[in-house]
Amino acid sequence: MGIYEISLATVVGINIILALGLNMITGFCGQISLGHAAFYGVGAYTCALLAKAGTPLPLAIAAGMISAGAVGLVVGLASLRVRHDFLAITTMGVGFLFLGIVRQQEILGGELGISGIPSSGMSKIAYLVLVFFLVALFTAFSLWIKRSWMGFAFDAVADDEDTARVMSVDVGAYKLVAFAMGTAMAGVAGGLYTYFARFLMPDDFGFIASISVLSMVAVGGIGSVFGVIVATIILTLMPEFFRFISDYKLLVYGTLLFAVMRFAPEGLAGLARSLIDRIRPEVSAEKEVA
Amino acid sequence: MLYLELLIQGLIHGSMYAVIAVGLTLVYGLLRILHVAHAGLFTLGGYLGLLITNATGSLALGMLASAVIVGVAGMLMYRLCYQPILDRPPYVALIASIGLFVAMEEIFRLVFGPYGLTYKNPPLQSQISFLGIQLRAAELGMVIAAVVLLGALSYLSQNTRTGIAWRATVDDPEIAKSFGIDTIKVRYLNFFIGSGLAAVAGIFVSLLSNLVEPTMGGVPAYKALAIIVLGGLGNVKGTLIASLLLGVIEAFGTIYIGSILDRDAIAFAFLILVLMIRPQGLFTGR
Repeated sequence: MGIYEISLATVVGINIILALGLNMITGFCGQISLGHAAFYGVGAYTCALLAKAGTPLPLAIAAGMISAGAVGLVVGLASLRVRHDFLAITTMGVGFLFLGIVRQQEILGGELGISGIPSSGMSKIAYLVLVFFLVALFTAFSLWIKRSWMGFAFDAVADDEDTARVMSVDVGAYKLVAFAMGTAMAGVAGGLYTYFARFLMPDDFGFIASISVLSMVAVGGIGSVFGVIVATIILTLMPEFFRFISDYKLLVYGTLLFAVMRFAPEGLAGLARSLIDRIRPEVSAEKEVA
Repeated sequence: MLYLELLIQGLIHGSMYAVIAVGLTLVYGLLRILHVAHAGLFTLGGYLGLLITNATGSLALGMLASAVIVGVAGMLMYRLCYQPILDRPPYVALIASIGLFVAMEEIFRLVFGPYGLTYKNPPLQSQISFLGIQLRAAELGMVIAAVVLLGALSYLSQNTRTGIAWRATVDDPEIAKSFGIDTIKVRYLNFFIGSGLAAVAGIFVSLLSNLVEPTMGGVPAYKALAIIVLGGLGNVKGTLIASLLLGVIEAFGTIYIGSILDRDAIAFAFLILVLMIRPQGLFTGR
């Protein structure tokens, strides 16, 4: 692999962690968030400031994770007050609030961003291995959560909050846990991005970034771990493979997001499922009996 | 004097927000969709108004033609984009709408270029003195247009058969249908009026800065969403008050806490604060 492929693969890995985080909140627990990039930003800025102060890499990334998770927990409290469309707009507001604060603070670099972030001290390939180790870890974690009792409760909350409450599921606690876990993952992604890019701009964490993450989750199929991973890989690499798309990147994102919701709201995962049903109807029929 | 000036600036912005947000809140009241792509229609209105005005030299013609074309575009958007996904969970329409908006912005950029267009002879640029405060004609025009259009809308909805059918459908579509109201027609009308209003707002905003650019819909898009949430989703009166309130708060906020938060962040900080205290918005409709 050349330098170019290595850095591309690193970006894919970071985006997967970011998207899996949103999948935890929106996919598993059904709480729509339009401000995921803000938590990515909280993680990245925390990590950048600590790194510049001389904190070693594992500690800086861990601090990014904790700070993003803590802010996520606070925003999660909002999900106890407002629901559905109100929550979507509130989280969107959190994203704008984050940008507004970052842009006006000298200590956070303002409009100019933070530069001169120290190197990770690893070779590019070693850093890629670290990123993919974390990708594997969070993928396994997501799959484990999905199959656990907690995933079952998330499903209930996503499906019908009131019924879940009647069934004595502690809806509020599960929402908070989903927000804390999902945003902490965004924080890790932010920390990894900091050491990768070594230069942060406020706009990297704006509304468009939030929408990009959301499109990865929505195109993959909301709630499907493998669907989200596949969609993230495709959406991250697409502009690179098709150079001519690069200028039309946002047009393709927007159209794809619209087309998937309009024609296949269950995303790639839903398409794959119906394809399998068509090719081998007897298998899925057996499964249903079982 | 400063206070009065800030207040008036706030009300001018507020009346612009009101004209945009009313269309959004009408769509929400009827279909329960957060219609983000509304801001794409706002930008389209700005472009069409500018192109027609530049071609014919008449702002009135540009405004009328733009409002009608954008109104029809809004109806098409409902038919092609929203109608097929109405029975899906609400996030489907929301995400589809965001996708549509992003795609529209990019199409504007590719078709009209990234730097925006300007009026050849910008109309309504003369200065008017009002209560000792210098205003531009375009700013005054914005306020007058808002009062006239929203006043007409309120008159129509209260006093005509169509208006009554409209309100009945918003109230309860099933019952309205059983009384013989064609609820589908009401939806088309709704999109036509809402989108036409957005086009007028787009033209006035472009007159204020003498610039139409692909991203001009961005900030109003998100702020209008904040406004309709503040006003209690689907509540027209609440939306109007919230628009003016937000305009004024922004005007004062940028002066007093502008060093901590920028203009957009002030709007959303206010939104979040209000929602945490009153999760149903400032004014509950039903």
